[in-house]
Amino acid sequence: MTDATAAAAASTAPAPRKGSLLVQDARTRKRNAAESRFKAYGLAAIAVGVIALVILVTSILGNGTSAFRQSYIALNVELPEAKLDKSGTRDLEVMKKVTTLTYGPLLAKGLQDAVDSLGIEIEGLTKKDVSGLISQEAAAQLRDRVLADPALVGQTVQITVLASGRIDGYYKGRTTLASAELDSNVSPAQLKLADALKQKGLLTTRFNAAFLTAPDASDQRPEAAGLGVAILGSAYMMIVVLVLALPIGVAASIYLEEFAPKNRWTDLIEVNISNLAAVPSIVFGILGLAIFINFAGLRASAPIVGGLVLTLMTLPTIIISTRAALKSVPPSIRDAALGVGASKMQAVFHHVLPLAAPGILTGTIIGLAQALGETAPLLLIGMVAFVREYPAAYSATDGLFGEPSTALPVQVYNWTQRADPAFFERASGAIIVLLVFLLIMNAVAIILRRRFERRW
Amino acid sequence: MDDLRILERDVTTQSNKITARGVDVFYGEAHAIKSVDVDILDKTVTAFIGPSGCGKSTFLRCLNRMNDTIDICRVTGDIKLDGENIYDPKVDSVQLRAKVGMVFQKPNPFPKSIYDNVAYGPKIHGLTRNKAELDEVVETSLRKAAIWNEVKDRLNAPGTGLSGGQQQRLCIARAIATSPEVLLMDEPCSALDPIATAQVEELIDELRSQFSVVIVTHSMQQAARVSQRTAFFHLGSLVEYGETGQIFTAPKDPRTESYITGRIG
Repeated sequence: MTDATAAAAASTAPAPRKGSLLVQDARTRKRNAAESRFKAYGLAAIAVGVIALVILVTSILGNGTSAFRQSYIALNVELPEAKLDKSGTRDLEVMKKVTTLTYGPLLAKGLQDAVDSLGIEIEGLTKKDVSGLISQEAAAQLRDRVLADPALVGQTVQITVLASGRIDGYYKGRTTLASAELDSNVSPAQLKLADALKQKGLLTTRFNAAFLTAPDASDQRPEAAGLGVAILGSAYMMIVVLVLALPIGVAASIYLEEFAPKNRWTDLIEVNISNLAAVPSIVFGILGLAIFINFAGLRASAPIVGGLVLTLMTLPTIIISTRAALKSVPPSIRDAALGVGASKMQAVFHHVLPLAAPGILTGTIIGLAQALGETAPLLLIGMVAFVREYPAAYSATDGLFGEPSTALPVQVYNWTQRADPAFFERASGAIIVLLVFLLIMNAVAIILRRRFERRW
Repeated sequence: MDDLRILERDVTTQSNKITARGVDVFYGEAHAIKSVDVDILDKTVTAFIGPSGCGKSTFLRCLNRMNDTIDICRVTGDIKLDGENIYDPKVDSVQLRAKVGMVFQKPNPFPKSIYDNVAYGPKIHGLTRNKAELDEVVETSLRKAAIWNEVKDRLNAPGTGLSGGQQQRLCIARAIATSPEVLLMDEPCSALDPIATAQVEELIDELRSQFSVVIVTHSMQQAARVSQRTAFFHLGSLVEYGETGQIFTAPKDPRTESYITGRIG
C-alpha cells in the first residue's frame, strides 16, 4: 500500500464516535427492543403449543381412561342338562348345535333368582328389565365356557358376565336417571336395580383387561369391544415395515450417498425421493390397492398388504434421514480410512455406518411411528373391515400375515363412526393405547441413540 | 521378491521412488496443476512449499490417488511408483494406498480405541496372522511414532481423547502400521503447538531411514528443518525443485526468491 492510498482511505473513514457507554443510543435501544420482541413471539408460540397439547391430552385421557374399567355382574347360573345336552352324551358336536339363544334365558333366570333371593324390590321393574342388565355378549361367554368344559352341564356355576353398555355407562357418568327416562334401551328402574346389586356386591366395576385382548364387537354390545385384533394387525404390519423398509432404505441411501456418481440421473432420483416423502398417504393406498390387491392378487384387509403400503410410505422418510445421518459423518473419517488402504465399502461399513447408526435408528423409528399412526391408506386396502377372528401370523391358505385384520388407527376411526356413545369412550381408549405405543417407540429411539453415541 | 527389493534399495539409496511426468489436474473447468514433473527420491524427505491454493496439496493427493474420491477431479499425465504407472486402469487404488500411506492436515483418528486405530490397517490388509503379531505391529508402530510411552497404559482408551499432538502422532502410527513405502503428509503440523510440532518433526527425520516422506508445509522454516529436497509450487506450476539448501540459499527462479524472502504469498 502506498502512502497516497492510505491517505485516501483515512479521509473517507467515519469520524470516531463519542458518547458515554452508560447511555444507550437510539439505535441500540431499537435493536434491543427488536430482540426482546422476538423472544416474546417465541415464548408465545411455545405457550400456544403447550396449551394445545395439554388440552388434547386431558381431553383424551378424560374420555378414554374409563375404557380401561368395566362393570361386571357375578351370577350363579344353573346349567340344566335337559336344555344344553338333550342326548346326555356330552358330545361336543351335538352341544355346539345349542345356540346362545338357549343360554340367554339361563343367565336371565340366574339374575332373577339373585334379585328375588336378596329381596330387592323396585317399582316398575319387569323381568325383561332384569335380564336387560346383562350384556348380549354374556350368553356367548357362558356358551364358550360350557363348550370348553362339558362336565359343567347339570351343575350350578358361578360366572362373572359383562353388564350392558348403558348400565356400565351409569357408573362412568354417561347414563343418568334423567337420560334413562328418554332412552328406550334402559329404564330408571334398571339403574336402581344396578345400584342395589352394587350395594350387595354382585355388580362391580374393575380393570378391563379384555379391552386390550378382545376382538371388536357389534354395534349393540360396545361393552365387549376390544383392541386385540387391531393390536395384532398393527404389530404384524410394523414387522413387515421394519423388515422391508430398514434394509432397503439404508442400502439405497448408502448407495446414493457414498457410491453413486453425481449426475443428472441421481439428481432426478433425489428429487423424486424428496417428493415421495410429501405425497399424501392416501395416494399410497390407491397404489397398494392397484398393485398388491388387484394386480398381485393378495387378499384385501391382510396385514401383509398394509405392511407393504406402509413400507412404500416409510421408505422416503428412512432414506432422507439415513442420508442426513451419513452426510453428518465428517469426511475426514472417510479420508482416514481410505488413507490406510481401506476400500470404499470397508470405509463405509467399518467407520461411517457405525457413526451414522444413531441417526439412522432415530429416522427409522420415527418412520415406523408415522406408519403406526397412518389410517388413510389402510382404509383403501380394506383394513377397515369388521374382523372378529384373530389373524394368524401364518396360514396355509393365505400365507405370511395374509389373514384379514384391522389396525389401531383404523379401529379408532371405525369406533368413532358408530352411534352408541359407549364407542366414543372406546375410541378415546384406543387413542391412549396408540399414544402409549408411540411413546414407547420414541423412548426406544432415544435409548438406542444414547447407547450408540456413547461409543465416542 | 520383497527381500530382493529391499536389498536393491539399500545399495542404491537416493534412487527415484516416484517419478511424475507432465501431470495436469483439473477440477471441473479449473486447471489446478499445470504440467508438473517431479522425481521423489527414496529415503528422503521431500517438502512441497508454496502459497495457499498453489496446488501442492492437490499434487500430494495425486500420489496416492486420493483425488479419485472427488468426482469432478481429473488427472492426466504419468505418475510412476517404482516404475509402475499408478493411474494404469489395472491398478487398484486400495493396493496403492497400502503402499503409499497418508497423514492429513487435521488429526483424524477413528472414534475407536488407540489400539484399534493402529491395528485397523494391518487387519484389513491381512498383514498379521494372529493377535500376538498384531500386538507387536501396534507396539512397533506406536514406538516409531514416538507415542508409545504416553499411551502404552491406555491402549483401550478412545483415540479421540488424546491431545491434538498425540492424535497426530497416533495418525502417523496408523499410517506406518501398514508398512508403506512412501508416507505423504499434508501439513501435518498446522494444527499443532510448537512442542508437538518439534516432536513430529523429529519423528519425520527418523522415519526417513525407512520411508520416502513427502511433506506439504506452509512453514518455510519447517521445510528447511526437515527436508532434504524442496519443491516450490506457484499458481499450479512447479517453479523450482532441488536440494533444500540450494532452494533456500541460492534460488534460481526470482519467484522462489520472492516467496522465501516473504514478498509473495
